[in-house]
Amino acid sequence: MPTTTIDGHVIHVDDEGFMTEYTEWSEPLGKALAAQIGIEMSDEHWKAIRFLRTDFADQGETATLRRVSVLGGIPTKQLFVLFPQKPAKKMAYVAGLPKPHGCV
Amino acid sequence: MTTTQNAPLVPSFDDAATDRKLAIICSKGNLDMAYPGLILANAALGEGVEVHLFFTFWGFDMINKKTMGDLKFTPLGNTATHMPQGLGGLPGMTHMATSRMKRSIAELDVPEVPEFLQQIVDSGGHLWACRMSADMMHLDEEDLYDEVEGIISAADFIEKTENAQLLFI
Repeated sequence: MPTTTIDGHVIHVDDEGFMTEYTEWSEPLGKALAAQIGIEMSDEHWKAIRFLRTDFADQGETATLRRVSVLGGIPTKQLFVLFPQKPAKKMAYVAGLPKPHGCV
Repeated sequence: MTTTQNAPLVPSFDDAATDRKLAIICSKGNLDMAYPGLILANAALGEGVEVHLFFTFWGFDMINKKTMGDLKFTPLGNTATHMPQGLGGLPGMTHMATSRMKRSIAELDVPEVPEFLQQIVDSGGHLWACRMSADMMHLDEEDLYDEVEGIISAADFIEKTENAQLLFI
């Protein structure tokens, strides 16, 4: 597995740059990851990211968009505003998780 | 193997390059034929693709307020169920097969058709109804799901989806 350095944090990533070690993530790192893809974190962004982190710890897989909206309580429309174009992948990236595998 | 780069490795989300468009023509009103279009539309929207769905002929059942929550699946004439064909015609068989399919879909956390359409619209998808089908079935906008943007002709749809990739289902 390659490693890369984001804002002074050395992290293990896959070939695309998604983090592979759940425990290497921290909120300051999440903020730095978001900045890499042009997102400035607000409370609403954090609400989504914290849901993804907790849900991954429980389920062992990254939540799909539908899961974040239904269980995380953030409407789908809002997720597209917070993480434009590709919300599921962008959220996974910022949360230091693999890309979601679910279809819906 | 461990490698270290100087420039940080960040996924390319290609925001600028997402001028991709997908047009999906939904022409079927069976429960099992409603889902492929919905799932692909939803997946494409999640990838930043502009998506237009056009409902025509029996596909109207997916957006007709009276039928959209009550689509059915029948094993009759469907050899992929691998059941004797005669069984499919027995009374109650369609109801049973429909309940089973709905349960399997719900177990995967996949929503029912009306909720799925709402999710597609919330993700930025566009829903269009076919003018000729509406005329044939004597339906107008009042009869259709509120999020349908309009009843348009086939030519209008072709115009709206210029340069799109197209799926006919």
